[in-house]
Amino acid sequence: MSEEIKLLKGNEAIAHAAIRYGADGYFGYPITPQSEILETLEELMPWETTGMVVLQAESELAAINMVYGGAACGKAVLTSSSSPGISLKQEAISYIAAGELPALIVNVMRGGPGLGTIQPSQADYFQATKGGGHGDYKLITLAPWSVQEMADFVGLGFDLAFKYRTPAIILADGIVGQMMEKVQLPPQRKRRTEEELSKECPWAITGKQSSRKRNIMTTLELDPAVMETINIRLQKKYELIDQNEVMFEEYHTSDADYLIVAFGSIARIALKAIEDLRKQGIKIGLLRPITLWPFPKNRILELSNQVKGILCVEINAGQMIEDVRLSCHDRIQVYHFGRLGGIVPNPQEIIDSFYNNFPQH
Amino acid sequence: MKEEIIIAGFGGQGVLSMGKILAYAALMNNLEVTWMPAYGPEQRGGTANVTVILSDKPISSPVLDSYDIAIVLNQQSLDKFEKHVKPGGVLIYDAYGIHHAPTRTDIKVCKVDAMDATLEMGNSKIYNMIVLGALLGVRPIVDLDAVIKGLKKTLPERHHTLIPLNEAAIKKGMQLTNY
Repeated sequence: MSEEIKLLKGNEAIAHAAIRYGADGYFGYPITPQSEILETLEELMPWETTGMVVLQAESELAAINMVYGGAACGKAVLTSSSSPGISLKQEAISYIAAGELPALIVNVMRGGPGLGTIQPSQADYFQATKGGGHGDYKLITLAPWSVQEMADFVGLGFDLAFKYRTPAIILADGIVGQMMEKVQLPPQRKRRTEEELSKECPWAITGKQSSRKRNIMTTLELDPAVMETINIRLQKKYELIDQNEVMFEEYHTSDADYLIVAFGSIARIALKAIEDLRKQGIKIGLLRPITLWPFPKNRILELSNQVKGILCVEINAGQMIEDVRLSCHDRIQVYHFGRLGGIVPNPQEIIDSFYNNFPQH
Repeated sequence: MKEEIIIAGFGGQGVLSMGKILAYAALMNNLEVTWMPAYGPEQRGGTANVTVILSDKPISSPVLDSYDIAIVLNQQSLDKFEKHVKPGGVLIYDAYGIHHAPTRTDIKVCKVDAMDATLEMGNSKIYNMIVLGALLGVRPIVDLDAVIKGLKKTLPERHHTLIPLNEAAIKKGMQLTNY
C-alpha cells in the first residue's frame, strides 16, 4: 500500500524517515534551525513502537560519541545539529571515519562563522566535503533540495554508510529544514534483530563468541607503516565511492549556452531564475550536484565543452566553485554569486548576477 | 494555476498558522504547495511572515521577490511588501493600525476590516481565520471544504470543538469582501 501524502517540515521528515528506516538510535542536542528533528522524535516516541532509542545528550560532543559507540556495535544510529554544533562533532566524525563505521549525520546549516545567525546558509560545504576533522578521510555528502529528499536521503545515507562502512552526512540548510512541502514517507521497516546484525556486520562489537575471533575497534596505531596501509585501504574505498556513487540532476542543459551549478535549496531558487532567463531568450541550464562528495566532476567537464560560462550560486562566499573550477580545468569562465551570513538570495538577484557576469551574452 | 502568496503581520496574529491551514487546504485539493516561514528571531514581538505557493505543477523556488497576493496585517508589512505585488496582483490589508494606506493603482487593493469583525465576534483568536475568509472572498483559490479539512489536520483533536467557530469566522471574513 502506498503511503499517505503528508505536509511536513524538512526537519520533521528527517525524524519520521529515521524511525521508518528502522534506525536503532538518535542522539542529539537542540539548536536552531533543526530542533524539530529531536522534538518530532520525542513526540513520536519510537521507543514504544520500533524500540528506537531517542536521547537528548548533555552536549553535541556526547551525542556524536554516542553515535560512535552505537555504530561500533553495528547499530543504525544518527545525530543532527546545525553549523556550530557540527563543528563540535568533528573530532568524533574523524574517529568514525577512521574506525570504518557506518553512521548518519545531519547538518541543517545556518549562517556563520562563530555562533553566527540562525538563518539559512551553505557555508559548511568545505567542512563537509574536505574533511572537517583531522586526517585523510571523506564524508559521503548528500544535498537535499526538497522535503521529499530530506526524507529519502535518510534511507539513502544509511544504505551508503553501511555499504561502504563510512559515515554519511545530509548537508541541508535552514530553508529545507524549516519549509513545509508534500512528502511521501517510506514504508516502515523493522529494526534489525541481533542475529541479522551479527550476520550483516561481522565486524561489529557484539560480545566475543567462541565461533569467531575478537573484534577490536580502535583508531590508534603506533606503527606508521601499518597506519599507512590503513590509509591506503581507506583511499581505495573512497576511490570506489567516487566511481560508483556520484548523483546529480540536470534541467534545461541539452541546448544550454550557460550553466548554473547550485546545490540544495538555492538550486530551487536558481531554477526559478533560469525559467525567467529562458523567457528572456537566454539558453541557460542547471546542474545540481546531489552528492557533493563524490562530486559530479566528469559531467561538469563534459558540459564545460558545451557552455560559454558557468555561474556557481551558493549561500556562501564561494566554496563549491573551487570544485567546479577543478572539474572544468579552468578552461571557461566560472563565476560565483552568493549572499552571506544567513541572507538568502531571491531569483532576481541571481538573474542580475548572470547579466553582470556575462554582459556579452 | 499558480498562486504566489505572502502573508505578513505581527508575531502572534496567527500569520504562520493561517499559511499552514491554507497549505493544508491546497494539499486537500491535490495541489503542489510550499510553506516557507521567515523563522528568524524577528518573530518575537516583531513582524512575522510566511510565503505560501500553490500550484498544479512542481514548484521551483520557495523564496520569492514578487507575489500574486500579499496579505498585510500591519504598517511595517504593508511598507515592505506593497511594492513587491506583481502588476495586476492583489493586496489585502486590514486598516486597523494602518496610518498610510496603500497607494498603488496597478494592483487590486482590498481593505478588510478584520480586526473590527474580530471584536464583533468577541474572540481575538479567530482573527487570522477572518483574514483567511477575506482572502477566499477576494480570490477563491481553495474551496471552503478543503479549508475545513485543513483545519482538522492542523488542529490537535482536543481542539476540534473549535472548528465550527473557525468556520463561522472564515464565512464572516468572506462577507467582508462583498463590495
